[in-house]
Amino acid sequence: MALLTGATLRSRRVGRRLAADAGLLFVAAAFVLPLAWVVLSSLDAHADLRVRVPDGLTLDNFDAVLKPDITFTPLLNSLVLCGGGTALTVVCAALAAYPLSRFRSRLNRPFLLTILFATCLPITAIMVPVYALFVRVNLIDTVQGTIFFFAASQLPFAIWLMKNFMDGVPRELEEAAWTDGASSLQSLVRIVLPLMGPGVAVVTVFSFVMMWGNFFVPFMLLLTPDQMPASVSINDFFGNRGTVVYGQLAAFSVIYSTPVILLYVLVARRLGGGFALGGAVKG
Amino acid sequence: MPAVSSRRPGRPRLLARALPLAPAVVLLLLFLAGPIAYCAYIAFTDLQLTGQAHSSFVGFENFRAAFKDEAFLNAVWLTLVFTVLSSLVGQNTLGLALAALMQRASKPVRTLVGGIVITAWVLPEVVAGFLLYAFFRREGTLNAILDWLHLPTQNWLFTLPILAVSFANVWRGTAFSMLVYSAALNEIPKEITEAAEVDGAGGWRRMWHITLPMIRRSIGTNLMLNTLQTLSVFGLIWVMTRGGPGNRSQTLPLFMYEQAFQKSMIGYGTAVALLLLVVGALFSVVYMRLLRTEV
Repeated sequence: MALLTGATLRSRRVGRRLAADAGLLFVAAAFVLPLAWVVLSSLDAHADLRVRVPDGLTLDNFDAVLKPDITFTPLLNSLVLCGGGTALTVVCAALAAYPLSRFRSRLNRPFLLTILFATCLPITAIMVPVYALFVRVNLIDTVQGTIFFFAASQLPFAIWLMKNFMDGVPRELEEAAWTDGASSLQSLVRIVLPLMGPGVAVVTVFSFVMMWGNFFVPFMLLLTPDQMPASVSINDFFGNRGTVVYGQLAAFSVIYSTPVILLYVLVARRLGGGFALGGAVKG
Repeated sequence: MPAVSSRRPGRPRLLARALPLAPAVVLLLLFLAGPIAYCAYIAFTDLQLTGQAHSSFVGFENFRAAFKDEAFLNAVWLTLVFTVLSSLVGQNTLGLALAALMQRASKPVRTLVGGIVITAWVLPEVVAGFLLYAFFRREGTLNAILDWLHLPTQNWLFTLPILAVSFANVWRGTAFSMLVYSAALNEIPKEITEAAEVDGAGGWRRMWHITLPMIRRSIGTNLMLNTLQTLSVFGLIWVMTRGGPGNRSQTLPLFMYEQAFQKSMIGYGTAVALLLLVVGALFSVVYMRLLRTEV
C-alpha cells in the first residue's frame, strides 16, 4: 500500500516536471523574442523591425558603428561616469557601513531607518529640482557633478547591502587585531573587506550596472553631446542621422549591453545564481 | 577576556567612529536631501526657466492648478494603470509563477529560462525600450506572429500604448520578483509540502493554503519594491512612445518632465515631482513596517 502510494507520487512528480518544463519554455519563448531580434539584426545586412534569420551573416553593422564618435567616445564617457560613480559609492558605503556594523550606538537605528527610507524614494521625481539646483551651483553639464549625483543616488542601497554583508564577518577576527593596536581603518581594510570580498563585488557590480543602464540622470544633467554616455547617445540613431539603420542600432545595443551582462554573470556565478541579491534585498 | 566593546568610548573614540560616516553623509545631504528640500521649496513657487527674473511664492497654487488640470489627472490615471498592470499583476504574478514552476522543473530548463529572464532585467533601460519598440511596432515581431496565426494585427503603440509599455515593463522587471520568490520558496521546508501532498492536497490548494501564507512577507516586500520601481520608470516609456500618441502613455514622470522642460514651468513640474515623492514616501513607510523587526 505504501509502496503503491510512493510509486504514484513518483510518477505524478515526473508528469509535473514535464508540465513545469513546458510552461517555463513557453514563457521563455515569449521573453526571448525581443532578445533574438537584437542579436539577429546586428548580424543582418537588411535588418528591419521583425525577428528573422538573416540570409547571410555579416559583421558590416559592427564595422559601421565601431567608430570614435558613434561608439568609442560614448562608451568611454559611460566608463568614466559609471566607474567614477561606482568607486565613490563603494568607498563611501564601505566606510559608512563599518561603524554601523561594528559599534553599538543609539544613532545606528535612526540612521539605518533613514537610509532604508531613502532607498525606496523614486529618484526620478527629484531630477527636476536637481537640474535647477545644478544650474544654480554651476554643476550642470559637468562630469563630476553627474558622478556625485550618481553616487548619492546609489549610496542608500549600497550602504544597506554593505552593512548586511559586513554583519556576516565575525567580530572575533578583528578583536585580535585591535588588541595588537590596529586602528579601525586598518582592520576594515586588512581584515573585514578581504573577508567579505563577494559582498563588495556584489555592491560594486550592482552599482555599476545600475549607473551604466541609467538614462534619465545623464539625460538631464549633461548637455554637451561630446560628454554623453552610451545610454543617451543611442538616441542619435533616431532623428539626427536621418533614417534609422536598424542593423546598426542593434549592433550598438549589443556592444553597449555586453559589459553589464558579463559583469552580472561573473558575480552571479560566484554567488550561486544571483539569488544572493534577491535574498539581500529581502532583508 | 577584556571585551573590546565594553570600553567606554571617550570623545576622540566617538569621533573616530563617526568619521567614517562623514563622506557618505555629506554626499547624501548635498545631493539627495538637498534636492528634496529644494523640491519642497520650489513646488510652492512659480519658478520658470525663461522670461522671468524672480520667482515668487505662490502657496498651494501649483497643486490647485494640478488637480484642475486634465492632463495631470490623465497622467495620474495612466500611472495607476501602468503600476497596477505591470507591477502588481504582471511582474508579481509572473515572477511567482516562474519561481514556483522552477521548483519543479528540470535543471537545464531552469538555468535556461532563468538566464533569459535575467538578461532582460540586466539590459540597459534604453536598449530594453528599443527591443520592445521593435517588438510592438506595426512592422514588428508581434504583428508578424499574429499575422502568421491569422489573428488581427494592429499598430499597438498607437492603439494601446499604455498596454504596450506595461508589457514592456513586465518583460524588463519580472526577473526581480522571480529572484525574490525563488529565494522565499527555497526556504520552505520540503517536509511541509510533501506531507500535504501525501494527504492529497492538489497543487492549487497547496499553493493557496500553505505556500502563499508562508511567503507572505516576501510578497509584501516584493510588491512594495516593484511598485516603487514602476512609479519612477522614465526611460523605457520615453524610448517607446515619448508619452504619446498625444498623452495616452504619459505617466507622471513624463508629465513632470514635459511641464518642467518643454513648457518651462519648473515650479509646476516640481509640484508634480513632490506629489510623486510623497506617494513614494508613503510606500516606503509601509515597506519599513513590513521589515520592522530587521533593524
